[in-house]
Amino acid sequence: MYRPDEIDRAIVDARVAEFRDQVARRLSGELDEDHFKPLRLKNGLYLQLHAYMLRVAIPYGVLSAEQLRMLADVARRYDRGYGHFTTRQNIQFNWVKLEEAPDLLADLARVGLHAIQTSGNCVRNITSDPYAGAAADEVVDPRPWAELLRQWSTLHPEFSYLPRKFKIAITGAPVDRAAIRFHDIGLELRRLEGRLGLKVYVGGGMGRTPMLGACIRDFLPAEEFLSYCEAILRVYNRHGRRDNIHKARIKILVQALGAEQFAAEVEREHAHLKGQGIDAPWGEVERIAAHFTDPPFTLGLPDDFRVDALDPGLERWVARQVMRHRVPGYRIVNVSLKPPGGIPGDASAEQMEAIAELADAYSFGEVRVTHAQNLVLPHVRAIDIPAVYRALMQVGLAEANLDLASDIICCPGLDYCTLANARSIPVAQALADRLRPIEAELGELKIKVSGCINACGHHHAGHIGILGVDRKGTENYQLLLGGSGAEDASLAQILGPGFTAEGVVEAVARVVDVYRRERAAGERFLDTYRRLGPAPFREAVYG
Amino acid sequence: MKLLTGNRVRTGDVVWWAGDRWSTRLAEAVGLEPAEGERLLAEQAAHEQVNDLALVDAEPRPGGGWRPVHIRERIRAYGPTVRPDLAREGENWR
Repeated sequence: MYRPDEIDRAIVDARVAEFRDQVARRLSGELDEDHFKPLRLKNGLYLQLHAYMLRVAIPYGVLSAEQLRMLADVARRYDRGYGHFTTRQNIQFNWVKLEEAPDLLADLARVGLHAIQTSGNCVRNITSDPYAGAAADEVVDPRPWAELLRQWSTLHPEFSYLPRKFKIAITGAPVDRAAIRFHDIGLELRRLEGRLGLKVYVGGGMGRTPMLGACIRDFLPAEEFLSYCEAILRVYNRHGRRDNIHKARIKILVQALGAEQFAAEVEREHAHLKGQGIDAPWGEVERIAAHFTDPPFTLGLPDDFRVDALDPGLERWVARQVMRHRVPGYRIVNVSLKPPGGIPGDASAEQMEAIAELADAYSFGEVRVTHAQNLVLPHVRAIDIPAVYRALMQVGLAEANLDLASDIICCPGLDYCTLANARSIPVAQALADRLRPIEAELGELKIKVSGCINACGHHHAGHIGILGVDRKGTENYQLLLGGSGAEDASLAQILGPGFTAEGVVEAVARVVDVYRRERAAGERFLDTYRRLGPAPFREAVYG
Repeated sequence: MKLLTGNRVRTGDVVWWAGDRWSTRLAEAVGLEPAEGERLLAEQAAHEQVNDLALVDAEPRPGGGWRPVHIRERIRAYGPTVRPDLAREGENWR
């Protein structure tokens, strides 16, 4: 994995020192809040309902065991013993004190972590496939390209004050585990006749105006990808709206111009830019790629392992949480952060430390964060799978629910967030409790819950999505069906009038009953919905 | 009536105006007439010790004290409803 070099360390250390001075000036009264707020936000420090919240960047979702241990340490020393993994593969700490934030950031910097560009109208943390470098279906490892994007976009002076925030996701597999069509730029690495290139989507996003990204280049040569991304950002920076925050994202510009016209603008800008030395020299690409060479896999290991027939829990867990690896004898292990009664994405300091121990013992010290708010041990020997399962059992993280009804994506909602209109976590918990007894029989069912229209809980991309709203001072929940954030991306549609928290749980149960009654052999919930349309579901809920 | 509330700059703690000081306990908050609330808000804003100052609607609680009308403010007073182990003692978000 990528190891920060002297330049990375110097940037982060300088930022910590600068922020320490800014905090001191705020606390002494030298800076007022109007001047300080943009500075703290540039360092990922938000003021939420109960306290300051620090969002820490986890570049493309890749963590070392050492970094995860530091996150556990931060949770214990500066927070209340836990952290929250987010839908953008980051982590948030909910109880940070301003006066302690500089020390916290200095501790993070010791392991190469920081909170730069986790807020503000800049290019945010790059996200990617959590199985990168491990997936059996991978065409190209996206990590070197994600790292190039990270370096290119870090403190990029031209793109520090964009019309609005900007999110880029990159994957290198046909199965989309990074929701690329819901990003401002979505990139899919591919090979064509031996050449390496990228399919480029632009203008996707969630929020109050959800849109799927439009493909503006089917095959962009890899050696031109930075100048092409720069061209996209330039067109956006020049033409994006700054007069209305709700119309400032690139998706609105792409919609206004039309994808074809937008693409033409980008091509024109790219023709101007591509000879100007913006693209990384191939030697630099190779230097970065060298950080992502394989760990020392043992070749020739048995590609199977014995599952004790007397341990049906292990058998269920293996069937659900363990994926094929591209190297025979290894597996990808998904660690659920959705235990019964838990808060989606939350992990205690003890759990983080336990996973760091497992990563060191069984996965070459690597951990990944998924946009579905789970963790991944990417390189586990098949013969070690039972031992990993037993260890996860001991810290309450051996739930077998990947992509099932209780594996719910959920934003912090009104329990934590100043933007939220309604609580999302209790609804997710109630839904999980209601559906857990039948979830294995239901199969893949992705439920996503947001506490406001900003859609951090990705409700637009849920097979079943729930959006919390404020209706005359009380919490109300809209029900959406038919979304997908995967390679078969689609936008969920509102089914009808909203519900109370209890009502929306009952409504989902009725929707699920329709699926159980109507599904054809092998159909997922989403397939049945797409075949039947909303009518029978609407009838069951409102009829 | 109104309550004056915000988050302490130094710590981020939720605080309520308690007549002559800020308190982290809603039970100590004092009810304010709107005009008095606006005057205090302006005065406290100038001190720059509390962020996100706001006057919120509240109704008398049986037995004394004030209950914010909106759930958002009751959650601010209590803590996350999904983590009762972290709740402020004696508060009730309902």
